[in-house]
Amino acid sequence: MPLLEMKNIVKEFPGVKALDGVSLILEAGEFHSLVGENGAGKSTLMKVLSGVYPAGSYEGEILVENIPQQFKGIRDSENAGVAIIFQELSLVKELTVGENIFLGQEPSRFGIIDWSELYHKASTLLRDLHLAIDPRVPVGTLGIGQQQLVEIAKALSKKAKILVLDEPTAALTESEVETLFGILRKLRTDGVGMIYISHKLDEVFNMSDRITVLRDGKTVATHSAAELTKGKVIQLMVGREVGDIFPKVDHELGDTALEIKNLTAYSVDNPDKKLVDNISFTVRKGEVLGIAGLMGAGRTELLMAIFGAWQGKYERQIFVEGRPVSIDSPSDAIGSGVGFVTEDRKRFGLILEQTILDNMTLAGLKTISGKILTNRSRELMAARNPMESLRIKANSPMTIAGTLSGGNQQKVVLGKWLLTDPKVLFLDEPTRGIDVGAKQEIYAEINKLAEQGLAIVLVSSELPEVLGLADRILVLHEGRLAAELTRQDATPEKVMAAATGNN
Amino acid sequence: MGETKTNIFTKPSLRAYVMIFVLGLIWLYFHWATNYIFLTSRNLSNLMTQMSVTAILAVGMLMVIVSGNIDLSVGSVLGFAGAIAAYSITTLEFGLPTAIAFAIAVGVAIGVFHGALTAYLNIPAFIVTLGGLLAWRGATKWLLGGNTIPIPDAPAAASTGINYFALPEFSFKTIGQGNLPLSVGWILAAAAILFVLFMAYRRANSVKQYGLGEANYAAELLKTLLPIGAIVAFIWVMNSYQGVPVPVLILLGVALLGAFLTGSTTFGRYLYAIGGNADAARLSGIDNKRNILKVYALLGALTGVAALIFTGRVGSASPDAGTLKELDAIAACVIGGASLMGGRGTIFGACLGALIMASLDNGMSLLNVKDYMQDIIKGSILVAAVGLDMMGRKQS
Repeated sequence: MPLLEMKNIVKEFPGVKALDGVSLILEAGEFHSLVGENGAGKSTLMKVLSGVYPAGSYEGEILVENIPQQFKGIRDSENAGVAIIFQELSLVKELTVGENIFLGQEPSRFGIIDWSELYHKASTLLRDLHLAIDPRVPVGTLGIGQQQLVEIAKALSKKAKILVLDEPTAALTESEVETLFGILRKLRTDGVGMIYISHKLDEVFNMSDRITVLRDGKTVATHSAAELTKGKVIQLMVGREVGDIFPKVDHELGDTALEIKNLTAYSVDNPDKKLVDNISFTVRKGEVLGIAGLMGAGRTELLMAIFGAWQGKYERQIFVEGRPVSIDSPSDAIGSGVGFVTEDRKRFGLILEQTILDNMTLAGLKTISGKILTNRSRELMAARNPMESLRIKANSPMTIAGTLSGGNQQKVVLGKWLLTDPKVLFLDEPTRGIDVGAKQEIYAEINKLAEQGLAIVLVSSELPEVLGLADRILVLHEGRLAAELTRQDATPEKVMAAATGNN
Repeated sequence: MGETKTNIFTKPSLRAYVMIFVLGLIWLYFHWATNYIFLTSRNLSNLMTQMSVTAILAVGMLMVIVSGNIDLSVGSVLGFAGAIAAYSITTLEFGLPTAIAFAIAVGVAIGVFHGALTAYLNIPAFIVTLGGLLAWRGATKWLLGGNTIPIPDAPAAASTGINYFALPEFSFKTIGQGNLPLSVGWILAAAAILFVLFMAYRRANSVKQYGLGEANYAAELLKTLLPIGAIVAFIWVMNSYQGVPVPVLILLGVALLGAFLTGSTTFGRYLYAIGGNADAARLSGIDNKRNILKVYALLGALTGVAALIFTGRVGSASPDAGTLKELDAIAACVIGGASLMGGRGTIFGACLGALIMASLDNGMSLLNVKDYMQDIIKGSILVAAVGLDMMGRKQS
């Protein structure tokens, strides 16, 4: 009898089928890894399992020990013995370790918390896990690694039979990873079934009994780890033809537009941890430079640090068209001719309640409109070109940005940066969450801009996108440059191998 | 029904019409309830004078709120700046210009200080200005030694009574109590009408200049009828009593300045961007911190102006001058449609909000509504106005 069975799970979002008939079987005491590219559907599957997406919002069946389950929320799945540790920690930093572990299930009588029992149980639990953490200190005073371990203790306090770990080692040092794995091995002998999501194939092979590969929302294969090799897993992860939606355009390359020397960027929370470690590169006019890498490889941090927008410490030298420039803020960057279509348009790109026009003119306002006084008519005239050439579908430039579709919103952000008249344009996940038609339009625009002599740096988690558009690809792995591939050399397998640290 | 409702509440211009309509209802009710006293030129003139301090503060507050911040200290800063002005003109025997400069400079300095603590040291604006609320009240009491300082009278009592041509003798009290000669009122009206016409002409032309369509002079001219009518009616009502009160003139100037800053400058645009999405604004090259510093400095300057009017009107600087004014100003902004989350609000709305609040004060006083009841009613109306706004918003 399997501990957990997920059968033919289908989950659709407007316009996208995120999961398309995924099945997964987990035995008691099994360590089961779930791997796949970014966006393959791993996190969505786990949100289905945990009830974050409630029963009824997806098709398919979930059985725990052969009993069908209808999880309406996280509470339900926890009661059935499922505990999930998400990538983002869900601890309350101001509360103590003990309070966090028993949050929502505090030992109490008549609503009055029995503090001595709470801390007694917490220290027993931590001791069982061989963790030397004082349950009475606030969680915020612990390092990220220890917080992760507290999160696991919290999951176990709920007597979880099924433990899901989503990229738990991303923020951990090597010795913390060892501690974590020690705990997980012990849990395995106790009969806890574990689903482990990770991009780090070393860890996956080190720990797994079985491995399931997801691709494009489908289960590609489930094999015992002994039957697989890293190369085989990579092949299964990427095994798809790069479609024709990428017109292979060879760009004519001009002089060097941007040169970066020795860029290092440090974590905001942990100022000793290097998120980007000594990276140098150049981009030429008319070139599309792709930057590939898995989540947490340091791609966004790299761009942010060049742009003068990284909140942590960073150091680097920048040359634009051969001349050294000093960029300490986004406005310096814009002045030096660098534009940055940031990731997550709703958080970083748009002011959703303002109009298309206000959004598009924001970054270049002083040149488009006026240094001190604004001039609507001039703005309208300036915005008309990009609105037409990007084919932004809206009634008027005065349409509120928040009411547009994802693709059109993305075009507004792109338009905003084109209006700053950049020499170098950074694109961070420019097609995340938009439909195929809009994607193709953005691809065509990228090729057109390169043709016009713009230097483009493209960060994308979608491998076919990077392979299809870039003239040259830098692959990052844990903040370091793992490989540099030309368009001719680059294959999905090579990129994925470098990105997982296996080249 | 959802459709019409969301439109009323989300489209800014429609929202303004609804507010004007509500204001009209309030006025008509009070006019009827007060045996036709409320809508007399004398009472309207008083009403406008009463609202001017709150409205000037609300103009500055609106810009701070739009940027996603708040200032709880303006009442205390008003008291302090007024005390400085009174102190410098009486005890230190400086002239009036120096006193005016002092009041405004003190406001700006305090604004810069609060702004720097908020923007550069990342202390939440609520805390900084809550501290300011206490500290500047304390500073006022210390400066005044717990006493009230009367400011000297105007050399001649020329500031009262109707006067067609001669300018009043200018003194501190004129700032709060004086009236413009009737002729000056009409000259201002003419100037304002010319300005409205000129702006309409420019708008019509710029459409053509930038190739956005044909200039439609007739349509633009039609749109000027309402403002021109309002200008004439306003001056006529004010002149029917004693002429345009000086505080109201100052308020008009401040409101125009505020509307200009928020509507026609990069600074104003940046405030809305910072309040709407601070991350997006920062990544678009905007120096959020500097702009927040500037907006606090501006509110400080306007607080200094409001302090001069307040002191001039009361005729003295007292230790508790301006108490609770910050809440009136915030309430005016919120009733006028500003969002405390930032990114949304207009100067026009804030002034209208101040006018609605002042109308309630004035009308209820005429009706001899008990003090405590006035507070209860005003508080309820504030919450109800925002509640209706949120209900309208939810459906969109």
